[in-house]
Amino acid sequence: MTPEAGIFYLFATVTVASAAVVVFARSLIYNAFALLFTFFGVGGLYLLLGADFLAATQLLVYVGGILVLLLFGVMLTHKLYNLNLRGEVSQLTSGIVAAAGLFAVLAWPFGWPFHFYGLAYRTDWQVNPGHAPGPTTHDIGSLFMGRFLLPFEAASILLLVALIGAAMIVRRRRDA
Amino acid sequence: MIGIQQYLTVSAALFSLGVLGVLTRRNAVNVLMGIELILNSANLNLVAFTRFSRLDAARDAARHAMDGQLFAVFVIVIAAAEVAVALAIVLTLYRLKRTPNLDEATSLKG
Repeated sequence: MTPEAGIFYLFATVTVASAAVVVFARSLIYNAFALLFTFFGVGGLYLLLGADFLAATQLLVYVGGILVLLLFGVMLTHKLYNLNLRGEVSQLTSGIVAAAGLFAVLAWPFGWPFHFYGLAYRTDWQVNPGHAPGPTTHDIGSLFMGRFLLPFEAASILLLVALIGAAMIVRRRRDA
Repeated sequence: MIGIQQYLTVSAALFSLGVLGVLTRRNAVNVLMGIELILNSANLNLVAFTRFSRLDAARDAARHAMDGQLFAVFVIVIAAAEVAVALAIVLTLYRLKRTPNLDEATSLKG
């Protein structure tokens, strides 16, 4: 096994196992902290794929922003003297059947039974992994200021509108 | 040799787990966590296709070799905006109904 394969399987195991904890663990705090490890694992896979800027963005935005927001959501939607933060599940069996079927159709990797493979293994990908990954930040910056200027500005306005809208929604109205 | 199939398998596993979370959890914040898993799996697909593209990302940036990573940046932006608005809605629901569970918000049920 090459070192790259070892690092890949390490990050893949961390990602998938902690995502399973996010979905299956009952405690909301366990869910949130397992989500932290999922984000770290995906960031590591980005690094392995040569996307250094995206890996840094993943850590800054997801771990520093979205996860903290989700923890605020957990804390604000439960009574604080209730330390038993339980998330309940419903229809677990049918959900597991549906999700397992989805995974099997998309990327079943083992080839048994009946030599069945998922779509990812049956497609003839036209790939070229030969080129070495280089630093990407300069190219991403010049593309955002060049060909992608309009989507970039639209995303800025979307963020502004979303933040103002979120503040408006949670505001306590005096007339209501 | 780690090819694109291995990355797609990890991404499909993340996506399936996210769908499972959205389908089965009752707590609205848990459903949001499932949505984050789904968005992360989509991003992993985009970055993997950029890496294994026939175009060289280091040399052919002008020929759309980097577009997958740029799309992933936009997905992260949308995820941040989405989670802010969704948490505002969840907080309003909690203030109105005193519960974070989605299946108890049945005011519009006939």
